Amino acid sequence: MATLVDDKLAHGHAEAHHEELGFWRKYVFSQDHKVIGIQYGITALVFLLFGFTLMMMMRWALAYPGKPLPLLGFLFKEMGGVMPPEGYNALGAMHGTIMVFLGIVPLAVGAFGNYLVPLQIGAPDMAFPKLNMASYWSYFLGGVLMISSFWMPGGAAQSGWTSYPPLSNIAPPGQTMWLFGMLALIISSVLGSTNFIVTIVQLRAPGLTWMRLPFFVWAQFVTSFLLLLAFPALQAAAVLQMMDRLAGTSFFLPSGLVISGQPLEVSGGGSPLLWQHLFWFLAHPEVYVLILPAFGIIAEVIANNTRKPLWGYRSLVWAVTFLGFMSFIVWAHHMFMTGMGTVMSTFFQTTTMIISIPSVIVLTALIISLWGASIRYTVPMLFALAFLPMFAIGGLTGLPLGLAPTDIHLHDTYYVIGHFHYVVAPGTIFAMFAGIYFWFPKITGRMMNDVLGKIHFWLSFIFINGVFMPMFIQGLAGVSRRLYDGGASYSHAQPVLEWNVFMSVSAWLLGLAQIPFILNFFWSIWKGRKVDSNPWEATTLEWAAAPSPPIAHGNFVEVPTVVRGPYDYSVPGAPRDFVPQHQALPQEA
Amino acid sequence: MSASDAESIRKQTRTYIGVFVALMVLTVLTVAVSYFHMPVVLAVIVALIIASFKGSLVAAVFMHLSHERKAIYWILILTVLFFLFLMFIPLLTEWDGIKIPRVS
Amino acid sequence: MEIPYNVEPRPDTGLYNAKLGIWLFLASEVMLFGALFSSYVLLRTGAPSWPLGREILNVPLATLNTIILIGSSVTMVLSWAALKLNDFKKFRLWMGLTILAGFGFMIVKAIEYGSKFMHEPPLLPSNNTFLAVYFTLTGLHGLHVLGGMVVNGYFWGPGAKMWKAEPERFTNRIEVAGLYWHFVDLVWIFLFPTLYLL
Repeated sequence: MATLVDDKLAHGHAEAHHEELGFWRKYVFSQDHKVIGIQYGITALVFLLFGFTLMMMMRWALAYPGKPLPLLGFLFKEMGGVMPPEGYNALGAMHGTIMVFLGIVPLAVGAFGNYLVPLQIGAPDMAFPKLNMASYWSYFLGGVLMISSFWMPGGAAQSGWTSYPPLSNIAPPGQTMWLFGMLALIISSVLGSTNFIVTIVQLRAPGLTWMRLPFFVWAQFVTSFLLLLAFPALQAAAVLQMMDRLAGTSFFLPSGLVISGQPLEVSGGGSPLLWQHLFWFLAHPEVYVLILPAFGIIAEVIANNTRKPLWGYRSLVWAVTFLGFMSFIVWAHHMFMTGMGTVMSTFFQTTTMIISIPSVIVLTALIISLWGASIRYTVPMLFALAFLPMFAIGGLTGLPLGLAPTDIHLHDTYYVIGHFHYVVAPGTIFAMFAGIYFWFPKITGRMMNDVLGKIHFWLSFIFINGVFMPMFIQGLAGVSRRLYDGGASYSHAQPVLEWNVFMSVSAWLLGLAQIPFILNFFWSIWKGRKVDSNPWEATTLEWAAAPSPPIAHGNFVEVPTVVRGPYDYSVPGAPRDFVPQHQALPQEA
Repeated sequence: MSASDAESIRKQTRTYIGVFVALMVLTVLTVAVSYFHMPVVLAVIVALIIASFKGSLVAAVFMHLSHERKAIYWILILTVLFFLFLMFIPLLTEWDGIKIPRVS
Repeated sequence: MEIPYNVEPRPDTGLYNAKLGIWLFLASEVMLFGALFSSYVLLRTGAPSWPLGREILNVPLATLNTIILIGSSVTMVLSWAALKLNDFKKFRLWMGLTILAGFGFMIVKAIEYGSKFMHEPPLLPSNNTFLAVYFTLTGLHGLHVLGGMVVNGYFWGPGAKMWKAEPERFTNRIEVAGLYWHFVDLVWIFLFPTLYLL
């Protein structure tokens, strides 16, 4: 099929126009969105693995409280290898922070977004390549600062990923590193989201109208607005907490605070709730930042592997736009238990119920897209199919949390942990896997191994449910979250304690199940089956660029002209069961 | 650079100077008004009105917003909306809170 | 490899890339300062008492700073207008004045802060919420002024080389830098009465 890049031709052009970059400018301080996307991807995957390891350690303490940690017990040698409560809290806070801020968002937006958006819109690169590079290195710096908190006296940040004051105000120095890290991460996101929005608005190829954009691009577009306008609130909060911890202010410290019997020597007059408002003003849109790119990836994979257009493209676009807007006015459903009155509680319950509608529309459109399809059960498609019921469970379990009367019982219990992990783990992370298997041949020119992929999928699917499903049981029984012994010291938790061992074993097996993926990933980079530019027979523009498009030489030899929508599969009268976006059929000439 | 372009820039320059003078006057007004004794709520409203007027002049004239493109207007309207949510909803939440009597 | 619409505007949006980019960035800055203003409002309405700004802060100095900053906004936009009229010397003059005004603003600020720290007893952010808000808000604003001065200084100095090679692109960059600078002025226009006069 026609590609827009002939390798020899591209190379010839390149030689004629610019000199080759040195190693550092080409691979390290690169301004090419493809290199930056890969940098984000590798860094994020490493952080995800690290965050996962922290969780595996926590699950030991939950399954066998008071027992020394095997293999890694040396980390707690003063306690005889037993994880102390502060250690558990540090692991918990850092697990959440790392997974959300250092893992998923950089992977979903920084890696997939950066690599694919310019290609999918037919652009030579992002609008601001230097800014793109700055975004990546700012993220890297933020990650280093965050991780360095482990080496601070008193340990890493240990006040939850939510860092609520007053606890976080008086926490050991690791919290200050968390704040510094957060400042760098937020700068990275704000610069990055500016870049994405300008790129999508300004650099679409001729003929690529808004309603011909791949849904993945729409998802990234809305996500960028969320990052741009919501993150500054947390930036402000971080600045204020920095002032509290370093300059002795009391933005978040109320008057008359007594700690361990001693009144705190501060001016007081601050408001712990102020932090919560600022934090959740960001953190609620943040969870949509976590899921929207996943919706985008799943939509692309489903369209391609059903060989028919997505059902309800307009509804999908409307739904994510509406979702993005609504996400800014639901945040205090995380604060129902803070002494909120009935008027504001009703307001937030209402907006929260309304915001569930667009998610249902998206899920429905994706499910109806399967109707009458010729489904190809490729590895990306397996992950995409699993995403649908898993996200549904995550979404449905959110409903009793969004309604205040039921939230009274469920707030801060394992039910909440089960809810959000279902959306993020067998939800977003499965979408990330789908994306990696799907776009691997575009990035490397080789396919990942199919058998290893299927083993990875089935084992992950089984064990991930083993980890998170029992959390609803524990939560409904009233087991609180963030308990370093998993509830062992509470009488009301005794009937459901046995699930801890079950969940922990599932978690460790889930960890082992990633080994086929890691092996497959690296082996395939060098030894995977080589393919041409469009092995999945897909319609969107990235598949028209060369396999592994050249670095720093633009993406397309000539700028493509788009003449059709993004999912023209099984078009009657077409020679093949797909027509790429830039290809006109003879009958249309 | 055509003659008419140059002429329009020169006209704009006159506007810039004019707006500068207006802003100086309004700054003096801002300070002067603050010396009148009025209840806090009224003082806040008056201060915000004057500041908004000054800000609008800077935005419309210096930042060329008065003849900008639709895309920019939409972004700013969206931002102002979210800013208003962030400004007023926490306040409303505080005022609507369960009034727990303070034990001094 | 050329990125399209860096200089000439895209026909359907009517914008060149950096103009859209800076307005988006300014939108995020509106949310940043907005969050801080919102914090101020929440803390003040929740406080049992709140001092009158002029009792603690120096209104004459701050009024001077307001005049300096608004003046610098005018000189900034005049420097852009000079480039549109192809007058590089005038650009240098007006931009130079803008940078000088920035220095003036920071010096006055340093005097203000200094007088607080040298006060007997010292007036520090840790003393009470009013001072905490004052130092944090004006401090962050001051950092933004510094940032703007660095950018403006670059364009006055080494960055001005671009005028010879790509005059239209350089003019656009000055327009974009100007938008940022006006925004910093705008924030002060609200900050001044809020902190000093209410």
